[in-house]
Amino acid sequence: MPTVSMTVNGKQMSGDVESRTLLAQFIRETLDLTGTHIGCDTSQCGACVVHVNGDSVKSCTMLALEADGADVTTIEGLAQDGDDLHPMQEAFRDNHGLQCGFCTPGMVMSAIDLVKTNPNPSEHEIREWLEGNICRCTGYHNIVKSIAAGAAAMRGEKAAAE
Amino acid sequence: MSATGIGAAVKRKEDFRFLTGRGNYTDDINQPGQTYAYILRSPHAHAKINGINTDAAKAAKGVLAVFTGEDMAGVGGIPCGWGVNNKDGSPMNEPPHPALAIGKVRHVGDQVAVVVAESYAKAKDAAELIEVDYTELPAVAHMEAALAAGAPLVHDDAAPGNLCYDWELGDEAEVDAEFKNAAHVVSIDLTNNRLVPNAMEPRAAIGDYNKGTGEYTLYTTSQNPHVIRLLMGAFVLQIPEHKLRVVAPDVGGGFGSKIYHYAEEAIVTWAAGKVRRPIKWVAERSESFLSDAHGRDHISHADLAIDADGKFLGLKVYTKANMGAYLSTFSTCVPTYLYATLLAGVYTTPKIYANVKAIFTNTVPVDAYRGAGRPEATYLLERLVSKAARQLGMDQVDIRRKNFIPADAFPYQTPVALQYDSGDYEATLKKAMELADWNGFPARKAEAAGRGKLRGIGISTYLEACGIAPSAVVGSLGARAGLFESANVRVHPTGSVTIYTGSHSHGQGHETTFAQLVSETLGIPIDNVTIDHGDTNRIAFGMGTYGSRSLAVGGEAIMKALGKVVDKASKIAAHLMEASPEDVEFKDGKFTVAGTDKEVDFGTVALTAYVPHNYPHETLEPGLEENAFYDPMNFTYPGGCHICEVEIDPDTGVTQVINMTAVDDVGRVINPMIVEGQIHGGLAQGIGQALLESCEYDESGQLISGSYMDYCMPRADNFPGFQATTESTLCAHNSLGVKGCGEVGAIGSPPAVINAVLDALADLGVEDISMPATPQKIWQAIQSASVPAAAE
Ligand code: FES
Ligand code: FES
Repeated sequence: MPTVSMTVNGKQMSGDVESRTLLAQFIRETLDLTGTHIGCDTSQCGACVVHVNGDSVKSCTMLALEADGADVTTIEGLAQDGDDLHPMQEAFRDNHGLQCGFCTPGMVMSAIDLVKTNPNPSEHEIREWLEGNICRCTGYHNIVKSIAAGAAAMRGEKAAAE
Repeated sequence: MSATGIGAAVKRKEDFRFLTGRGNYTDDINQPGQTYAYILRSPHAHAKINGINTDAAKAAKGVLAVFTGEDMAGVGGIPCGWGVNNKDGSPMNEPPHPALAIGKVRHVGDQVAVVVAESYAKAKDAAELIEVDYTELPAVAHMEAALAAGAPLVHDDAAPGNLCYDWELGDEAEVDAEFKNAAHVVSIDLTNNRLVPNAMEPRAAIGDYNKGTGEYTLYTTSQNPHVIRLLMGAFVLQIPEHKLRVVAPDVGGGFGSKIYHYAEEAIVTWAAGKVRRPIKWVAERSESFLSDAHGRDHISHADLAIDADGKFLGLKVYTKANMGAYLSTFSTCVPTYLYATLLAGVYTTPKIYANVKAIFTNTVPVDAYRGAGRPEATYLLERLVSKAARQLGMDQVDIRRKNFIPADAFPYQTPVALQYDSGDYEATLKKAMELADWNGFPARKAEAAGRGKLRGIGISTYLEACGIAPSAVVGSLGARAGLFESANVRVHPTGSVTIYTGSHSHGQGHETTFAQLVSETLGIPIDNVTIDHGDTNRIAFGMGTYGSRSLAVGGEAIMKALGKVVDKASKIAAHLMEASPEDVEFKDGKFTVAGTDKEVDFGTVALTAYVPHNYPHETLEPGLEENAFYDPMNFTYPGGCHICEVEIDPDTGVTQVINMTAVDDVGRVINPMIVEGQIHGGLAQGIGQALLESCEYDESGQLISGSYMDYCMPRADNFPGFQATTESTLCAHNSLGVKGCGEVGAIGSPPAVINAVLDALADLGVEDISMPATPQKIWQAIQSASVPAAAE
């Protein structure tokens, strides 16, 4: 079995994988980072979104071997120090942007990538961006609100967002 | 109102773990020595199994065992939880439901064999080596086909005519008499489209057997672990409760689909006893489509008799309900006691008759999905009432107002068994009309017309029955279980509190809402409270979460146990303050004696209970912990008004929801943030049913909407922001005055959406459109409309 190595949440990680092992499986099963979820088998739901070299990627669409040498961030690696939340995570909590929590890691990872390219997205742009993330619980209303507030916080306008 | 008590929008305690990837869902759990199961499923809708050769699979590398229906023949079948009788009093047909198919498969996805291997990939690879010799049989994929003369029989002699039951409620002749006096009769035929619940976490189960103690453990994605322990332990595997632990850890949404006892749970638990190692099974999404119970799937005809003034005189409803191939746990009560009993709605219709035929087909079993029976009743009624308004030339709102049960008529006995305790339908209607700017609609319609768009507005004034349920009542109607709830309040020596509840949270936010009840009642900080649930070894008992029952039943059990804690604590406090217990008052976490400055706080009393040096040992036991069971007196009756405004592009048939307003009476609101979130989610599922979602089978019984590529899941860009708020009356028969909010969004909204679509198309003469109202259907309706669309 081939071995892959990558930086995950700032740490060097490696493991043996089958050539068919998906990045999502490697993260969940080999690295035991179970915050990345698997909600479908057709690359539609977005529960598995992580950042690979800074961009959001559905980790079920990528082989673990393809991520060899990459810099990967999962939901577990978002908060900078200790127990603090990333501003986007905080915004989801403040705006009740999650219910069962299953879609949440993918939503948060995807939202941060949106704000990276579009620091001040409109409601319409947020809704369009979320095309690849399915949530069955929230009706998206509070997710959209959370992302707008998270974007403001990431721009340094926390007070204004609340 | 305290910052963390009843009525406060407290941020959720559970969010930190979910937001940081520290949730603990079933698939996140791994046991030492764990093996993996792959379930081989039938590719045919209906076939005879002549033989299964598992030799090659058993010999494959990494495979520990392969089991088929014959191996499991000694264990019981999957039971149904509710017996429904036919019109003539005879019991329903209840064919066996083996965990692994025996002799025959009855739907695509039916379980045929299980492979247990060292990895999931090995199990799946080995399953390809299993040779099943099938003889395909003609299948019945839809109810019309199942009822046709000479139709193939799903269960042969066990269900002649593919009929499960032919049930009725009310006296048909009496209702017919009302129709003789009617000035108008309005009739409707409609379908309530079949849906796939699609909780985002696929179902999963881990079975484990401990040879040392003889104990079995099942981790499962369930809304009600004690119910699974009861059904699987007592009826399927014959394992007594004290030897069977069922854990439902964090669960990623349920919407009904995770209530039922599923074959996979029994298979992994039973097989773990055989291979003597833990076995994990996780559904792939395409398997979920083929094995999670589906929802809805009714075909109905209804006639409404109306007098010359527009007053409803009588209603007759004839419904066929699809059960799928086997009877899932609550399947039989959904189209009867959760449907026909709701046909009075918010109206004073004096005479109602309903006949329901439950039909077997070669499809996945159908059971409760968010709303369960009440959305079907609401859709039928609210479509019918709007049609009546159009047919009689009355206003949509006036016809409803004319027939509302007035706010001073409660308790109100309906002709269909239920007694409503409270409500004010005019209040929710009025508020919704204001919020939606109902009166400003004509101007918006004219403006849209100027842009070439067809704009419509639709309304639904609805009611539902939840907070299920009074055990004696449901028992008399065929339920094979009680529907109470249990709670245990454990006060720790330093005054912090753990609540053990039989309710199960899978998105509803119990860890916060229930903690607010404790914070309010005991006057302690919410951070000093933990809500524990989901494990039959830690929680005394429970009936779980569905039918919007957690707060109205589970919350009441907590309140009852908290009451007992306060009683005992008051006695301890009286002893400490050398006062008589009757003189002790408890408020904001402090015990005081009226007319004195004596005071002792809750923490001191808790410590005294566990360090009982100075203690009334003659009259009280040490410790501070109480149990309660609560059985409700009645159902609860949330209701309200949903208004939808849509714009249709006549060139493409695409409908855009412009505005969705929901004003719901959910009783007292404990946490408005969570309540609104629940309503938003329900609205999305209701609009999804109306415009997007449809579970489709072809004639041969193949599921043709079996993935997210084919089944249209609602996405963020399908919706506008929602206007959801509450306008409550209090429930009259529970201490909190709560009714329930989990399902209202999905119950009230579908007819509001379709009524809006039909309103938009009314000028073209379009009178009917079926759910989901896809662009294709709408475009076709416009093309064949009696009045051509106005040329630009
Ligand atoms: S699991 Fe990756 S998109 Fe669904
Ligand atoms: S919060 Fe449950 S799927 Fe999004």
